[in-house]
Amino acid sequence: MKTRAAVVPSGGVLARLAALLPVGRVLTGPAQLAAYSSDGLTAFQATPLAVVVPESQEEVIAVVRFCHAEKLPFVARGSGTSLSGGSLPFAGGIVLALNRLNRILRMDPALRVAVVEPGTINLAVTVAAQPFGLHYAPDPSSQSICTIGGNVAFNAGGAHCLKYGMTSNHVLGIKAVLASGEIVEFGGVSRETIGPDWTGLFVGNEGLFGVALEITLQLLPRAEVFHTVLAGYRTLEQAGDAVAAVVASGLLPGAIEIMDALALQAAAAAVHADYPPGCEAVLIVELEGPREVVAVDRRRLDELLAGSGPVEVRPARDAAERLAIWKGRKSAFSAVGRLSPDFIVQDGVVPRRRLGEALRKINAWSAEMGIRCANVFHAGDGNLHPLILYDGREPGALVRAEELAAKILRMCVEMGGSITGEHGVGVEKRDYLPAMFSPDEIACMHRVHAAFDPEGIANPGKMFPSAEAPALTHPGLHPLEKAGVISRE
Amino acid sequence: MTPLLAPATPAELASAVRSVPRVIVVGAGTKARLAAVADDFVRISTKKMSGIVEYEPSEFTFTALAGTPLRDIMAVLAARGQYLPFDPMLAEAGATIGGTVAAGLSGPGRWRFGGLRDFILGVQFVDGEGRLLRMGGKVVKNAAGFDLPKFFVGSAGRFGALAEVTFKVFPRPRALRTLQLEAKNSAAKARLLTAAANTRWELDALDASIDEPAVYARLGGPPEALEPLAAEVLARFPGRVVDESVAAALWREVVELRWAREDGELAKMALTPADVPEFVGLVRGLSGARGWISGGGNVGYVSVPPGAGFSAFPWSGVTLRGAGPLWLGPPRNFVVMHAVKAALDPQKRFPNLDD
Repeated sequence: MKTRAAVVPSGGVLARLAALLPVGRVLTGPAQLAAYSSDGLTAFQATPLAVVVPESQEEVIAVVRFCHAEKLPFVARGSGTSLSGGSLPFAGGIVLALNRLNRILRMDPALRVAVVEPGTINLAVTVAAQPFGLHYAPDPSSQSICTIGGNVAFNAGGAHCLKYGMTSNHVLGIKAVLASGEIVEFGGVSRETIGPDWTGLFVGNEGLFGVALEITLQLLPRAEVFHTVLAGYRTLEQAGDAVAAVVASGLLPGAIEIMDALALQAAAAAVHADYPPGCEAVLIVELEGPREVVAVDRRRLDELLAGSGPVEVRPARDAAERLAIWKGRKSAFSAVGRLSPDFIVQDGVVPRRRLGEALRKINAWSAEMGIRCANVFHAGDGNLHPLILYDGREPGALVRAEELAAKILRMCVEMGGSITGEHGVGVEKRDYLPAMFSPDEIACMHRVHAAFDPEGIANPGKMFPSAEAPALTHPGLHPLEKAGVISRE
Repeated sequence: MTPLLAPATPAELASAVRSVPRVIVVGAGTKARLAAVADDFVRISTKKMSGIVEYEPSEFTFTALAGTPLRDIMAVLAARGQYLPFDPMLAEAGATIGGTVAAGLSGPGRWRFGGLRDFILGVQFVDGEGRLLRMGGKVVKNAAGFDLPKFFVGSAGRFGALAEVTFKVFPRPRALRTLQLEAKNSAAKARLLTAAANTRWELDALDASIDEPAVYARLGGPPEALEPLAAEVLARFPGRVVDESVAAALWREVVELRWAREDGELAKMALTPADVPEFVGLVRGLSGARGWISGGGNVGYVSVPPGAGFSAFPWSGVTLRGAGPLWLGPPRNFVVMHAVKAALDPQKRFPNLDD
């Protein structure tokens, strides 16, 4: 879309918006807008009318209420790390950049809670909690830059979900301004919930309900010791079988991860990670807990892995070796980026017992279509992360990459899994929502959405298939489109 | 009151809901206040909707019909060395999995890995228009669509009729060890609950008695690891190891709420450990009242004589048995709550949130 943002017809709206905030907090320059035109899913871009940079909750509330009154779409955004296009602007709408609302309002080590503003960086919570022996458990790979507000909107996951759950399992309470302009407070400091779990409903709303202003997080004592093992296998199947054996043994590892050959090659090149030679797959298993428990469990784990036909098993001997294992794993996404100018990452889920079958299919399609695909995944919970490599400059390459992505997503649903384990539906997978949910179910979600956002102004175009029930989302053109103020490409 | 309708399948449940203007679903009736609504509500029993639909031990998941008794589910899981870590309550009393979700009840084991809300993955439910809908998923990790499964936890049947629920399960700890720790007054209990929570021990449960000068801590894990851990806990907090059969009886008493009065009202309240002294004081000050503190001081149960009520208690809570208001404590009344009710149940076929 071409922002006719700077052009006069929108001047009225912009002037009234700017009047709500101190000077300099409404950005409209083309270069400023360009910086916000896309997120972690770079294949999609859209230019907002303006980027608003609030510094207080009152300012956020004022802007949301203004948008509600004007029926002006807005997208709340933290660091823009969404891999599903969750913070992609609505062309001609407002971006609420929440990075300056990054205060930790309360740190209560006795009750083990932190109350934070939405722009707080995920890792900053753990850093602030560390002096008290505590940490914030959800650890998406982007944890050093992604914000809690974004984590809440998309129910972010990480490598430790099997044992610790996702973001929603660690959010105790939320104060938010809804798209309707209402200010709500759900939950609180207690671990117990009374009545319907409104906090639970809010987490993972993909920005469609409104903007979280204060989030109450539960903190956990940091695990005393870790036992992290890296095992190399000749085949992916062997690594998959090892996972099945670990799971069947009654152990509950904090993390179980697999990287395939292409991912290993990328990580080795990018961060000089050193992997056993001749391996098609590497398995990472991490136990954690009190030293007495880990000492017993690691003997069982070591026996299981020794019997699973590995090329080599390497336990981390100290904290530095453990960090090196995780560095290789967590850098895999960006490392694959060095192998290819562009890539799509997906996060579909399959039942754990069908991981091997899923990977065989992905590899067969990848070979058949001539598209390289690297696989790193949370094997403990069946959460795939195929990285589909393509070169955006090559005509038709993105389309073919998306075809492969579509096959993988449909396979996940057919196997009884999910189209997304942790990135959310966003823009990227909205057309696949009907593969998982019936028209009645999607209509139900639309009605729930409308309860929070009657005008359909909060992060429009996300989660729901674009052509679905138009009367419930966007009744025809947006008023500003009708007025010729904005347009969509 | 005899239930008038007893569907046997989700489809029958949907027709049952459609067939009458006002309905309330009942399970085994172990939390009777949830379904104690006006007489013009037709009661739908889930008694015939019983059975585990899917169970894949290797996936750590199962799906069961809403009327399935907890004890059936727990027995099937136990046979494969698995369990619901939140210690489902009232299983021996006959509670169903659907009623447990509707009541949002989690036992002492919630302390380690979280409550019922942290283990529910998916629901199939009938909305107020009689549509059978599925939300959430059947795999341990899923971020597609709004998290209505969590929303149904504690919703007391006010937004829909549960047909089927999917849960995550975990491998059962190989052994448990219960410690009775001395806490001579309520301030000491609060201090102990707070201190024990922030340790390396990863306690499995952490509850406190109102009447006894005691906090109960439970360890779970490989048996050989529990000896040294128990010794360290006792070195820091004076107390003793509780004999295994005595401990099993104690926890059964807690999860079955057997300490409560048979008459009067029983409620659950959301606390923080800092509220414990005031909570203990209020229970003790009320003639005939009994109570228990669970979840590391985050959950308080109170049982009072008929008519005594809970007006002295300032916390949010829910009445599980007896008369009196369903919801206790400061009202939270937001416009969006009514809007969501209208979205799921526009004709108010199910009771209102505050009925």
